[in-house]
Amino acid sequence: MNILGISAYYHDAAACLVRDGEIVAAAQEERFTRKKHDSAFPVEAIAYCLAEAGIQAEQLDHIVFYDKPFLKFERLLETYLAFAPRGFRSFATSLPVWLKDKLFQKSMIAKALTALWGDSVDWNKRLLFSEHHFSHAASAFFPSPFTEAAVLTMDGVGEWTTTSLAVGSGNSLSVQKEIHFPHSLGLLYSAFTYYTGFKVNSGEYKVMGLAPYGEPKYAKAILDNIIDVKKDGSFALDMSYFNYCTGLTMTNAKFDALFGGPPRQSESNLGQREMDLAASIQAVTEEVVIKLARGVARDTGQKNLCLAGGVALNCVANGKLLRENIFERIWIQPAAGDAGGALGAALGAYHIMLDQPRKPASGLDSMKGSYLGPQYSQDDITGRLTGRGAVFTIHTDDELIEQTAQALADGKALGWHSGRMEFGPRALGGRSILADPRSPTMQKLLNLKVKYRESFRPFAPSVLREDVAAWFEMGTDSPYMLLVADVAADKRRQMTAEENALFGIEKLNVPRSVIPAVTHVDYSARVQTVHEETNPRYYRLIKRFKEITGCPVLVNTSFNVRGEPIVCTPEDAFRCFMGTELDVLVVGNALLRKTDQSPSMAADYKASYELD
Amino acid sequence: MNFVSELWAFLRVRKKLWLMPIIIVMVIIGGLLVLAQGSVMAPFIYTLF
Repeated sequence: MNILGISAYYHDAAACLVRDGEIVAAAQEERFTRKKHDSAFPVEAIAYCLAEAGIQAEQLDHIVFYDKPFLKFERLLETYLAFAPRGFRSFATSLPVWLKDKLFQKSMIAKALTALWGDSVDWNKRLLFSEHHFSHAASAFFPSPFTEAAVLTMDGVGEWTTTSLAVGSGNSLSVQKEIHFPHSLGLLYSAFTYYTGFKVNSGEYKVMGLAPYGEPKYAKAILDNIIDVKKDGSFALDMSYFNYCTGLTMTNAKFDALFGGPPRQSESNLGQREMDLAASIQAVTEEVVIKLARGVARDTGQKNLCLAGGVALNCVANGKLLRENIFERIWIQPAAGDAGGALGAALGAYHIMLDQPRKPASGLDSMKGSYLGPQYSQDDITGRLTGRGAVFTIHTDDELIEQTAQALADGKALGWHSGRMEFGPRALGGRSILADPRSPTMQKLLNLKVKYRESFRPFAPSVLREDVAAWFEMGTDSPYMLLVADVAADKRRQMTAEENALFGIEKLNVPRSVIPAVTHVDYSARVQTVHEETNPRYYRLIKRFKEITGCPVLVNTSFNVRGEPIVCTPEDAFRCFMGTELDVLVVGNALLRKTDQSPSMAADYKASYELD
Repeated sequence: MNFVSELWAFLRVRKKLWLMPIIIVMVIIGGLLVLAQGSVMAPFIYTLF
């Protein structure tokens, strides 16, 4: 039984192939087309999934789309009716898009499939549609290690739902409660993302990264005026502060008046006000998430919790939720955003519509470490790199690990392209930039000379699973970098009064632990635990680094520059290597040093991608 | 035709038949807008709808 899940047309198009309940392949379209958050029909991701499974299109039993266009259209109409005559401009802008394309999504998808695979099969008959939040819930529960769990999904909006509570048991999943549009925690966070001058749908991470620089001075104003949060975590927004139902912006003049000024202009200087706003919305989000989780625990009596939806990518809130000890265990879908909807849609069809049993997860869960994307054989890598004019040497695994660990210990910034590509927004040691976290200058160097991104943004650590409790205040698995924990007290350095008085980025430049490159200004770190069973090669690398340096931690950031999708092919990795100040590149068993490459191949790379 | 019957079935199941006249009017207005505009703008808020 082969089921293809698809998400597309809004943001983060992706495809996933499930065979007899096993996730065989999953990838986001952006990785192939090199367009960040590409929403186009995922032609290349689908082709990859079929190739990975070694099947022809005719062997697909069902193709499942991750949301329901008619239901979304219903929301669109009823929202405009509720606000009419306000919102005519927005209506006039979006309606033609719907009437031309979105309303006819079923035939659009069938046509796209026919264009891909011909008309020997009536694709319409194999096409199914899953509700957006149901897809999220399925992606959170079915791959989790739990036989029973409460499932909480939170995002901007699906069709109507913005937050849902479900209970999963065996191969069943039943939705118990929902909060509907326009009341949305994701859209509230996006409103502040917009207001602090970042891009909606991609800048939310930056707001989260900015929050520790500020004080939650506006949290009370938000709770008193904008959002009414009940004891069980259910909430309602005062829509008079927002413009997203009727206009082309997220917030309006009343919102500006409450927070004392207009939105920050994109790319202009960040001030204390933006930092305080970020801290405030982060604090409110955490409060709502924790209240929701408490309500869920009380209502369902479940001991385990699964999370998905864009808000579940807020790893700071996830870390706080973990420390509240409301649930015994928490599992978060690594592709918690819309890309993961493709996975949930396919799994939901298999287990619920076809009533197929779940197999118990072997190892941590059924996600295979989220290494579900393409990989390349050494012969293929050699051919591709040679074709690009790269100068490289090929080593055995042992030699490669030794040389790479040594280069990292020597302070080199290193590109690491190894095994299958990750599914989801985080690089987890398949397509990563790695560095020594002990270096006090590494954070600045990576931000400004390798990633070309804002200097206030921190980096995340990868740590051997067995060493996590000694280095961070956390004892659980965090294989997908979705939990934030503080650096262990004995690894921290106390700040002097003078250092504490520093402002903004100056604060980040003061080493505050023995691993300063991955320690944020509040001592927090977005931890990835590395497990031998899911990524043995990466595990071995860190282990060897630990033997050399005594430190079982590496800086792990995604292999890309600002605005670029994470690299996919060896050529992408080589291009990024030559366009940045990375010192060393590892692709499979090939090792490249920048000093060996022809300087004529260096290109001005950072201008190649639109800023995110 | 298939599309119309699916839309009809959807509205019946959702008990939203009252939306039908509105949809018809909107299709007419939308059609005019498409003709008037020539191209379709999709603002950033597009992702919501």
